[in-house]
This record gives sequence, structure tokens and C-alpha cells, in this order.
Amino acid sequence: MNNYSRERFDVLVVGGGPAGIAGAVRAAESGARVGMVDENVAPGGQIWRGGSSEGPHSSEASNWLVRLKKAGVIELCGKRVFHHPEAGILLAEGLDDVWELSYRNLVLATGARERFLPFPGWTLPNVMGAGGLQALVKSGLPIQGKRVVVAGTGPLLLAVASYLRKHGAEIPLICEQASASKLARFAMMLIRHPEKIFQGLQLRKDIAGILLATSSWPVAAHGKRTLEAVTISSAGKSETVQCDYLACGFHLVPNTELPVLLGCRTRCGYVQVDELQQTSVQGIFCAGEPTGIGGVDLALIEGQIAGLAATGRTSEAKALFSKRERFRRFARLLDETFCLRSELRGLPSADTLICRCEDVSYSRLREHTSWRAAKLHTRCGMGPCQGRICGPATQFLFKWNPDSVRPPVFPARVEHLAAQPQLIPEVTGEVQ
Amino acid sequence: MPSEFIVRVNGASVSVPAGATVAVAMVMAGQPCRSSVIGEPRGPLCGMGICFECRAVVNGIPHSRTCQLLCEPDMEVKTDE
Ligand SMILES: Cc1cc2nc3c(=O)[nH]c(=O)nc-3n(C[C@H](O)[C@H](O)[C@H](O)COP(=O)(O)OP(=O)(O)OC[C@H]3O[C@@H](n4cnc5c(N)ncnc54)[C@H](O)[C@@H]3O)c2cc1C
Ligand code: FES
Repeated sequence: MNNYSRERFDVLVVGGGPAGIAGAVRAAESGARVGMVDENVAPGGQIWRGGSSEGPHSSEASNWLVRLKKAGVIELCGKRVFHHPEAGILLAEGLDDVWELSYRNLVLATGARERFLPFPGWTLPNVMGAGGLQALVKSGLPIQGKRVVVAGTGPLLLAVASYLRKHGAEIPLICEQASASKLARFAMMLIRHPEKIFQGLQLRKDIAGILLATSSWPVAAHGKRTLEAVTISSAGKSETVQCDYLACGFHLVPNTELPVLLGCRTRCGYVQVDELQQTSVQGIFCAGEPTGIGGVDLALIEGQIAGLAATGRTSEAKALFSKRERFRRFARLLDETFCLRSELRGLPSADTLICRCEDVSYSRLREHTSWRAAKLHTRCGMGPCQGRICGPATQFLFKWNPDSVRPPVFPARVEHLAAQPQLIPEVTGEVQ
Repeated sequence: MPSEFIVRVNGASVSVPAGATVAVAMVMAGQPCRSSVIGEPRGPLCGMGICFECRAVVNGIPHSRTCQLLCEPDMEVKTDE
């Protein structure tokens, strides 16, 4: 039998990235009992992964991590929240433990993930996300001397290219789908407002010398059992480049599954919040990427406002509003600059797989008119990722709307679901 | 723990740096993590525990998400068929 533990908090924070850390620190500094749960082995989220001391944010990161310890935040790492059995309670599971976490106020800081778009060959081994390959290198993959094509859209591409090159990779090309004029306008705005919103944008000099092709995207990845080359469409011409890895991601999509499960209203895919970061559900706050993709600085400010508001310190929270507004302007600029061009809808061919869990092809999905119908008839989105990869892709390709979220939000082990008698799983627990 | 140690991927020995995830070992060995529904080889995609493409058999336990698991000396890893 698994360990079943219970904890009670004044404020519970889900997500240990910059937004969650800032929220937990500000809430705990007022004396509240604060818990922060994150599925990774250490706090830090995507950018400060595992408390890594790399990159220009290292001193900022370590300041926050020190404050986290000092403030007495109870860290529950390596545990993933998977269910909400009743108001005021969340369930989280570790490798062989289940936690029942009760709270008075909740801060959701679940971050974002990369968006993947299907094209022929994208399922070949060594075709990875841009952040995906970076995460692997951060966790030990040697990249010295490897040839990596970086492609897709968004500032993450630059951050990743710079990171990989620093670690010895050869980067023959970065393909950015946005046009040169959009990027130029973006760069101009950045000069006028020199805040850092995303590490990548300070790295122009680090990527100096790497070919950055605009209006460019991958049209096919080639290889027998693993990637060997990629064909790129660049300003109307196509070219095939040999490479060991293709690091490919199309900006970020917010992780809104848990907020949606908790009944928080969304608009245009983002969690709706009031000026104190409170969602449509009283006592549930949301901060960071789920409210809009805006980078680490916006995440830190929103997290602080949420943490202060969740402990009733509204005047301190209000003092941060103007700073937040400045960073939000950049979030809007990010959206405008890196929005997907319609040509990318034409990337899949009839037999390109869209759902990688259940191997559902483009031609099978094309027959359907909604996500719900497609799920019912093809099993698209019914595999272990629960539509986290194919959902955003089909939303773009077919303009389908995602439907409501059912528990558990992540595939949980059967025995963990059974540990809660009132929980009857919708999804089988075959996968870890 | 030593700074490098050996794990076995589909029977072959791979020397991995301490702190490496099992997904890293599999990519280093050039072995797919799993075989898909129609039998395609698959490897890690997201690197952050979301896509489930990196599932493999780790010390006999199937469907383990290898990007979230650290290597340990003498670990036995196999492609999830
Ligand atoms: C793959 C990737 C790589 C990135 N790399 C960079 C980079 O190099 N430089 C840069 O400036 N920005 C990078 N970003 C953007 C960066 O994530 C944001 O700027 C910033 O970290 C946002 O902070 P956050 O706290 O909102 O979210 P995150 O940092 O994403 O933190 C959210 C945390 O919540 C956890 N979580 C989510 N759901 C659950 C759950 N149900 N149970 C338990 N824990 C949960 C996640 O595991 C994660 O640790 C990257 C983003 C991604 C997706
Ligand atoms: S690589 Fe996506 S879950 Fe491991």
C-alpha cells in the first residue's frame, strides 16, 4: 500500500517556477503556513530548472531560492497534482506516495509548455522540442560537435541556440516562421523598452554569426530509424540540411488544465484574472504563464501580487501594478510577433501523424468537425498525454476548441486513485 | 556516486554522467524509448514530463517516463515494445 499523507496550508501554491516561488515567498513572509508543490525534483520551473546556476538569471534565481528557504515555505517536490476531489482539497502523487493537500487559498502557477506542430517526419527520434532538447542537455546529454537545426517560432529559439552553442553544438541555421518585418518591429520596441522579458532576447550577441532565417519553417524531417536531415522552406525556397538533431517548437501554450478543472474561467486560452490575480473562483489565484505568455519578469511580478493578495496584503500588491502593466505590454507584443502564419496549416500530409500517443493521422482527423467527435471516433487525444501535444496542434490546424477537463488531470496510478474512495477514474491508470 | 557510471540500454553498456536522466542514456545509446501503436520508433520530445514519448522499461518497470528519472549505476533499460 502506498503512503497516504495529509497537510493543511493557509496558502497552497501549485508550480515551483518563478511565479510559484515569488507567490510562496511573499505569502510565507507574512507568517502564513505556505506549501509549494511541484512535480520536478527541485524548485525552479522551466527557466531555473532544478536550481541550475546557469545563465544570466543565476543571481536572481539564487536570491529567490534563498528567500524561499528563509520564509519557511514547505516544499513538496517530485509530486504532481492530479485531482481535485472536493472544494479546498487537491491530491498530488509522488513515486509511491499520495498527498491530500488542503488549503484556504490557492495560487496556481502551472507555467507553460512548448507548442508542437506536425509535419512529415516530426515523429522521428532526435526531432525534439527546442526547450525539450535544451532540457535534455541540461540533464546530461553531450552535445559537443553535434549539428543542430533550431526551428519554429518565439524567443525560446534564440535562447536555446545560444545555450547549445555554448555547450559545443554546431548550429547551421535558426528558422523563424515570423517575417523579418515583424521581428524588426519587435526589436525596435525592445530598444525603446529595454526590460528583459525573456532571456533569449538579451542574447543577440551570443547568437551572432548563426544564420537566422525569417519566414522559414521545417517542411519535412528525413531519416530511417532516426533523424538524418531536415528540409526547410525559407522565403519560398526549399533546402535540405543534414543534422543530428532538430530542435523545433512553436512558442508556448499555457498549462490551463488544472485551473479549468477547478472551474476557473478562461478567455482566448488564458486564465482570466482580476487585478489581484484572482480567478473567477474566489480564493483561487493564478500567476505566470497561464494568464498570458510573458516571460520570467512578468511571472515574478504576478506571483508576488498573488502571494500578497492571498494573504490579504492588497496595498502592497497594488504597489506592483504599474510594473506589471509594463511587462504585460511585452506579453502582448510577444503574441503579435510570434503568432502562427496560416501557411503552417498546410504542413501535414495525409499520412502525417497528428496524435502521437494513438498514432492518428491527419487524413483520419480531417473527416471530423470537432475535437470531441475526433476523440470519440479516432481516439485522438485519448492517450497518456491527454491531448497536451495534439490538442494545441488540432486547435491551430482545424480551429477546434478543447473541451472541458476531467479528472485526473494527469494519468495517475490506479492504486493512487483508489486511495481516495470517492474517486472513480475516467481514464485508466495504465501509464505511470 | 562516481562522476560517470555504466547503465545498460537494450543490452549495450553506456557510460553516463552522474545526474543524467534515463532519457539521456537512451539518446546517447541511439536507441528508441518506445515503439508506437503502429510500430514506429519514438524518442523524447518535450523533455519535461508532458508528452509521454520517452516511456521505456526501466529495471523491469514498463511505461516509465525516462525524462523524469535519474540513471543509477547498473540500471537495466529497454525499449518499450
Ligand atoms: C521548455 C521550456 C523552456 C524554457 N526555457 C526558457 C529559457 O531558457 N529562458 C527563458 O527566459 N525562458 C524560458 N522559458 C519560458 C519560462 O518558462 C518562463 O519565462 C517562466 O519560467 C515562467 O515562469 P512560471 O513560473 O510561470 O512557469 P514555469 O517556470 O513553467 O513553472 C511552472 C511549474 O509548475 C509545475 N507544474 C505544472 N503543473 C503541475 C502539477 N499539476 N503538479 C505539480 N507541478 C506542476 C511545472 O512542472 C513547473 O515546474 C521556457 C519555457 C519552456 C516551456
Ligand atoms: S520527453 Fe516528454 S514526457 Fe519525457
